[in-house]
Amino acid sequence: MSTISDPPSGSFQLSMLINDTRYRSYTFQFIALILLIIAFAYLGYNLLSNLQAAGLNISYQFLGEPAGYDINQTLIEYTSQSSHWRASVVGVLNTLLVAFLGCIMATVIGVVVGVLRLSNNWLVRQLMSIYVEIFRNVPVLIWILIIMAVFIAILPQPRDFRGEDATASMVLGSFAFTGRGFYSPAPVFGPGSGVVIAVFFASIAGIFAFRNYAKKALFDRGQLIPTLWPSVAILLIPSILAFYLMGRPITLDLPSLKGFNFQGGIFMRNSLIALWFALSIYTAAFIAENVRAGILAVSKGQTEAAASLGLRPGRIMNLVVLPQALRVIIPPLISQYLNLTKNSSLAIAVGYMDLTGTLGGITLNQTGRAIEAIFLLMLFYLAISLAISAIMNVYNNAVKLKER
Amino acid sequence: MKKIAILGAMTVAGLSAGVASAATLDDVKARGKLNCGVTTGLVGFAAPNANGEWEGFDVGVCRAVAAAVLGDPTAVEFVPTTGKTRFTALASGEIDLLARNTTWTFSRDVDLGFEFVGINYYDGQGFMVPKDLGVSSAKELDGATVCIQTGTTTELNLADFFRANNISYEPVPIETNAEAQPLYLEGACDVYTTDASGLAATRAAFENPGDHVVLPEIISKEPLGPLVRHGDNQWGDIARWTLNALIAAEELGVTSANVAEMAASAGNNPEINRLLGTEGTLGEMLGLDAEWAKRAIMSGGNYGELFEKNIGENTPIGLARGLNAQWTEGGLLYSPPFR
Repeated sequence: MSTISDPPSGSFQLSMLINDTRYRSYTFQFIALILLIIAFAYLGYNLLSNLQAAGLNISYQFLGEPAGYDINQTLIEYTSQSSHWRASVVGVLNTLLVAFLGCIMATVIGVVVGVLRLSNNWLVRQLMSIYVEIFRNVPVLIWILIIMAVFIAILPQPRDFRGEDATASMVLGSFAFTGRGFYSPAPVFGPGSGVVIAVFFASIAGIFAFRNYAKKALFDRGQLIPTLWPSVAILLIPSILAFYLMGRPITLDLPSLKGFNFQGGIFMRNSLIALWFALSIYTAAFIAENVRAGILAVSKGQTEAAASLGLRPGRIMNLVVLPQALRVIIPPLISQYLNLTKNSSLAIAVGYMDLTGTLGGITLNQTGRAIEAIFLLMLFYLAISLAISAIMNVYNNAVKLKER
Repeated sequence: MKKIAILGAMTVAGLSAGVASAATLDDVKARGKLNCGVTTGLVGFAAPNANGEWEGFDVGVCRAVAAAVLGDPTAVEFVPTTGKTRFTALASGEIDLLARNTTWTFSRDVDLGFEFVGINYYDGQGFMVPKDLGVSSAKELDGATVCIQTGTTTELNLADFFRANNISYEPVPIETNAEAQPLYLEGACDVYTTDASGLAATRAAFENPGDHVVLPEIISKEPLGPLVRHGDNQWGDIARWTLNALIAAEELGVTSANVAEMAASAGNNPEINRLLGTEGTLGEMLGLDAEWAKRAIMSGGNYGELFEKNIGENTPIGLARGLNAQWTEGGLLYSPPFR
């Protein structure tokens, strides 16, 4: 059989590159590659020569120069004397922060809505479809602007908290919800607080150990041990005991109105909240559809089989349907996470200083290095997106159907 | 193979983009329209009126150049630009002239490869606060939330000012003036800062302008002027001398009302004669005809008329001439001689 397709043996001739099916495709691919390289080289050369004609050049020296501008939300130390590079890093961290928060919240809302869309309750089902249809069919930029505008218009401003006839007051004396953002107390770690924190982390490890034990008891002996309330108890009681035994080393720094704004405590800016919320509910609408599709992809026989074993509906969903649905849900979920991260570049609409706002905005503007800045920007987003894909693919490999 | 076709198309696009420079004057004449970059809307400087026609002080410069070059002050395509897009628009050739209250700085002139053709407004950065805040000096603004238009020299000046005075602030970057107004009025920021002329224009657009005060501190020098690309000196000269013609016309007493009469025949003042083309060949040297300056002045009046009509004391914006008076009246406006 194999001799039929085998070519006659003989020395290699140049004409075989075209006439021989074994080499022909390589020949064309090689020609295409050469043309591709030439085309890119030409475009690059064209860019450089045009820049030169305009008296400009490609240079990344500006990254080392002082930025000269201030950024409101900085996760690392930054002053207006820091370099443009540091300003870019501040932007990257802000992008990652809102992407991280957004992905978590979008997943939670998305899964809940996706499951509820298949609810037997007519009203719940319809409400969830309305949510999905409204939120995924209006551009996310509009949502960001609407939420920011509503935020600023509805919540009181710091000036409303001031004076004798203040129209607004702090919640519980320690939380302030203003149009500029939310102020909450910040923990201050005094001496001895390390013990409390260690106890807290030990309790978290304890919860996992307890849950493993409960699972083992269930599988080995068929004994059902309640886990929810014991878990809460394990989480809180030792930490609270340690807190009082160590003489209350952790105190709270309460925000208070000083001058124009609240000072002290933790400040979450309106821009972060509006962007976070808008990205979350927008992406959640897509995730909800993925989740619904994933659940519907699990054969009805599975549900019926589980029901015939006497499992309650909640357990059927958690133990039988969702684990199988995850295999279908995860791959499109990755692309929703990537979308959310990339959509965060709309941040400047509400004045959130993400990477596009610092490197692609003010730095680009003040230095005029548009090509360099945009190129770096592309590189950063590419790296962030590939990293998210890589992490999510590891998770996907963990939950996907194991073929043995 | 599909890839190659796409690349071919890209290459052609790249080629055609490469020819953008050359003589701007010829391009403008061939097009029959001047592409002029202006703000996205700042009343008094450049904003569309109720009929959708652009009006304002910067618009006047665009119209004067169009009148000088094309003979028609309405042959202008106004391209609204933000603080962020303006330089790219000019560098790429999308616009021929940028008249968007842009501050003349060293790096913009030298490093970005632009040529500022003069100064049409001497400005400085100021602060506006609501009156009921009870602030009387910018140095009392410690801890305040400040709205800034991003992509301008403003945010650099601001950082310098607060650092020099060792006080803190919370910057809120905003893309355009229009977006900044509601934020400021809703109280999302305590202070709005931009060039003092811009503050006056913004305040004039408020429902109750009296509720807001502009603080006395001017924290920077902001010489605003029109600019063109480096490398086309003839076009730069046309823009420069059109602006100078408007300034010189005010100094010489040439107005839109009497310019036709003065240009009809040579008068006693040789400088006016040279300006209006009844004597000498200044227009020809620029590559234009003899009546270029006459048309520029007729399009909207001389510098003083443009000022009074758009941003002067009788307009809602109500700016005094101040530094922008002629040098003969104690201001800084000083056109080189037409000779």
